[in-house]
Amino acid sequence: MVTAGASTSRDATGEALLQVDDLHVEYAGPHGAVRAVDGVSFAIRPGEVVGLAGESGSGKSTIAQAILRILQPPAIITGGRVHFNGRDVLEMSDRELEDFRWEEVSMVFQSAMNSLNPVTTIGDQIVDAILAHERISRKTATGRARELLNIVGIEEGRINDYPHQLSGGMRQRAVIAIALALNPPLMIMDEPTTALDVVVQKEIMSQIAELKERLGFSILFITHDISLLVEISDTIAIMYAGQIVEMAAARTLFERPLHPYTQGLMSSFPALTGERKRLTGIPGSPPNLIHPPSGCRFHPRCPHRFKPCDSVVPPFTEVEPDHWVACHLHTWQGER
Amino acid sequence: MSTPVLAADSIAPEEKTSGSRRPRFGSTVLKLLLDNRKAAVGAAILIAFALIGIFAPQIANYDPKAFVGRPHQPPSSEFWFGTDGSGKDVFSQAVWGTRISYGTGAMVGISVTFIGVVVGIAAGYFGGRIDDILSLITNVFLIIPGLPLIVVLAAFLPAGFLTIYWVLTVTGWAWGARVLRSQTLSLREKDFVGSAIVSGESSARIMFREILPNMLSISVAGMFGAVTYAIGAQAGLEFLGLGDPSNISWGTSLYWAQNNSSLLVGAWWTFIPAGLSIALLAFALSMINYAIDEVTNPRLRSQRDTQAALRKVKQRLGSSRATPVIRKHGER
Amino acid sequence: MQTGEQAKTPLGQLDTDEIVMDVRHLTKRFPVGGLFSQSKVHALDDVSFTLPRGKIVTLVGESGSGKSTTARVLARLIQPTSGQILYNGRDIVREEPRKASLQYRSEVQMVFQDPFGSLNPAHPIRYSLERPLKIHKKARSRGEISDRIDELLTTVGLEPPGEVAAKFPYQLSGGQRQRVAFARALAVDPKVMLADEPVSMLDVSIRIGVLNLMERLSKERGISFLYITHDIASARYIGDQTNVMYAGRMVESAESVELIDEPAHPYTKLLLSAVPNPKAGLKVNELTARGEIPSLLDPPPGCPFAPRCPFAMPVCRETMPGISVIGPQHWVRCHLFPQPAESGG
Repeated sequence: MVTAGASTSRDATGEALLQVDDLHVEYAGPHGAVRAVDGVSFAIRPGEVVGLAGESGSGKSTIAQAILRILQPPAIITGGRVHFNGRDVLEMSDRELEDFRWEEVSMVFQSAMNSLNPVTTIGDQIVDAILAHERISRKTATGRARELLNIVGIEEGRINDYPHQLSGGMRQRAVIAIALALNPPLMIMDEPTTALDVVVQKEIMSQIAELKERLGFSILFITHDISLLVEISDTIAIMYAGQIVEMAAARTLFERPLHPYTQGLMSSFPALTGERKRLTGIPGSPPNLIHPPSGCRFHPRCPHRFKPCDSVVPPFTEVEPDHWVACHLHTWQGER
Repeated sequence: MSTPVLAADSIAPEEKTSGSRRPRFGSTVLKLLLDNRKAAVGAAILIAFALIGIFAPQIANYDPKAFVGRPHQPPSSEFWFGTDGSGKDVFSQAVWGTRISYGTGAMVGISVTFIGVVVGIAAGYFGGRIDDILSLITNVFLIIPGLPLIVVLAAFLPAGFLTIYWVLTVTGWAWGARVLRSQTLSLREKDFVGSAIVSGESSARIMFREILPNMLSISVAGMFGAVTYAIGAQAGLEFLGLGDPSNISWGTSLYWAQNNSSLLVGAWWTFIPAGLSIALLAFALSMINYAIDEVTNPRLRSQRDTQAALRKVKQRLGSSRATPVIRKHGER
Repeated sequence: MQTGEQAKTPLGQLDTDEIVMDVRHLTKRFPVGGLFSQSKVHALDDVSFTLPRGKIVTLVGESGSGKSTTARVLARLIQPTSGQILYNGRDIVREEPRKASLQYRSEVQMVFQDPFGSLNPAHPIRYSLERPLKIHKKARSRGEISDRIDELLTTVGLEPPGEVAAKFPYQLSGGQRQRVAFARALAVDPKVMLADEPVSMLDVSIRIGVLNLMERLSKERGISFLYITHDIASARYIGDQTNVMYAGRMVESAESVELIDEPAHPYTKLLLSAVPNPKAGLKVNELTARGEIPSLLDPPPGCPFAPRCPFAMPVCRETMPGISVIGPQHWVRCHLFPQPAESGG
């Protein structure tokens, strides 16, 4: 799926920090290639928080790992461009990527227990990250590590603790500290709070927002929980079956979702207030990514489908200023 | 961190696209084994030896116990593998030896696996007192040094392959039991076991119809390993003279070869066939184990599948560790 | 029909609904450490609530709250350390101390959280549905069994039933597997279903379908549900009565809408303030407390929430608050409210 005119950074001020154009990622398999990411384009400007929301199979985690080029075969990038500060990430050599990762773009993964080394202290893990990139003394690096722990809200004294000695929330903060170690301009966060209780989640989200204000980095925030994105994102992109189906400023998306999938997602959250009415969610199951539905991938589950939907791929179009959607309801010029 | 292969979750069966895939076990195991070259080779050898053992009377040229020619004759058209130090036909000995060597080995392997399964699953599932007792017994048998015990037992009991069978079984079941016990411990915590309990399933059914099917691969792999071990250990014991030397088996062939100083006279044909048979059989069993590994370890299988799929597209992955970029969709 | 003895719920008043299950003072301690250690994890402490017929009762709590332990105790997968489970008036733990009876198992069923773990990967769906039918003799001949399986799959919305029954779990999506789990629990015609976080591991858009299914089953078949979740919004969506648990204790109970509109316990308020709510607009709520859930190992006396509570008083660290009734169907355990005359509630 091709975006008309590549770039989706919306306003002229500020070059895009990260520019992703028509990215395609496949997983080779015995039954055919799984098209996990199929023509995705978006941009992140300095200091911007872009939220990427989608459910399982939407391709959101694949994008994150493709940007850092840490996917392993059977995953293959089969098309598109990823430009960071003007440099093409897809053309980088291993050596260049080593510098690129963590100095320019770092990542916070979902389960801290999976990304923290259980037999190394958190202090050492931060120090190791620093020393892998900078030629400074261990002492200096340790000093930086203490500062980082402070910034993320962990007591300095815990620098020699092992991950299992920390609570879930603390561990996630440690992971964030490691990601911040080299002050990257862009941080990718892939479901950073999913494994946490709701109260801790709130704290971590506040912490992230505060860090972002203080240090000014951009964030690509990936989650399946749209409600989280409200509070933190500037722009939100909704992904379905490997494609972005709608993208707009956070507030706009919530007040006026245009794509039926987005609308369906919104109606999947029971309210805490107001009358108790029955919700419908979205019927059906996520599609087969080896043989995705023809035309609009959402059409088998869409309550508003009509003539062109099962044969013509809807173009990703800016239907209102800064509001993009891929849906024939809003773009179809032919007869209805 | 997930490199999501988007497996079961997104392959929705409601559209006809995916069709009804073959069930994972049973027929697919067979298919996979046949697809897999290693397994095919291994299976072929195993079957070949089995046939040799079964049809020994038809295949062997002479009575293996009979004196049929001058001792230590090299291989010739009359005696395909030559004669041993007592003038018996080596080829016939090798053929007939298959029955005891292969047969006893297989019997030991099966017995050891059976005992290991029952003890291991029971200990893991019941826990508590039963586990304590069974684990104690298992540990005792694990700790006792195998080889000395085998030798001592074999020395005291009447010589013969039956003794060797008992000895190897008694000293060999504990390891499998231990492995299966820990597998059971982890499977027991799975929700499908909880569901079975809440449904009212009896313990026996849970152990053998819910838990065991999920441990089939490791049990079967263990069994093949046990057979390999048994064939080698049996030959070893017989070579040491602890078998009944009047039996015809590969191990006793080796024993006699040594006793008759066949090595000294340079009669290599007296021990090469027996040794090679043991080695070939062990090799075949290992090949099958490789294949079972692939069946059970999805990652190994997916690596193979990726290579195959990529070969179709005539692409080769570079040596870079980063995500490969292979452009299929044109530049814009 | 009332239960054997006049059901005295913690509210101290007779509930006009028929009570199917009456849980009283349920306590569960797990011994930890080696042979010589006396430490215990207090997973559940003095938990009491009731399950009325045909209603959905929710247990809301975070990790360590004891909600899953409660379900497992009621499902007789774990033995309680003390307390009573009155099922239709019978003291189940006393009558069936070692192993649950087949009768109990045919009336009280459970659905687990993980759709990827609750179906045996080695068997097709048909097998998983057949077993309860055969064990409890709900169908005899092969034809009957097959018909029942088709019926069950259709009830939970999986079509066509014949095809689905032949599949293996890995061929179904998470939402479909969870529906199969419900079908299996339904196979025995239960009166009570314990649903332990049945939708937490499902995609957001799939959850509503499964929750609606639960509600339909409850209304149409009169099944009492115990719905366990950490998501208080879904508790409001389908729950009639909501109970809030913290660190092994039940701290508040109310009719679902009232609990959210008028929370009494400081922890309930904290929980509500932490829920991200897209419809509430973009203002960021301020959390009303900090800190994390305490360790359940040999906990200190008093209210477990005291260390984090902005309103903590000295008495909070000394004694566990008793039950204060503050409305019809609404009680709370907190020293901020008038304590009952006898201690312990």
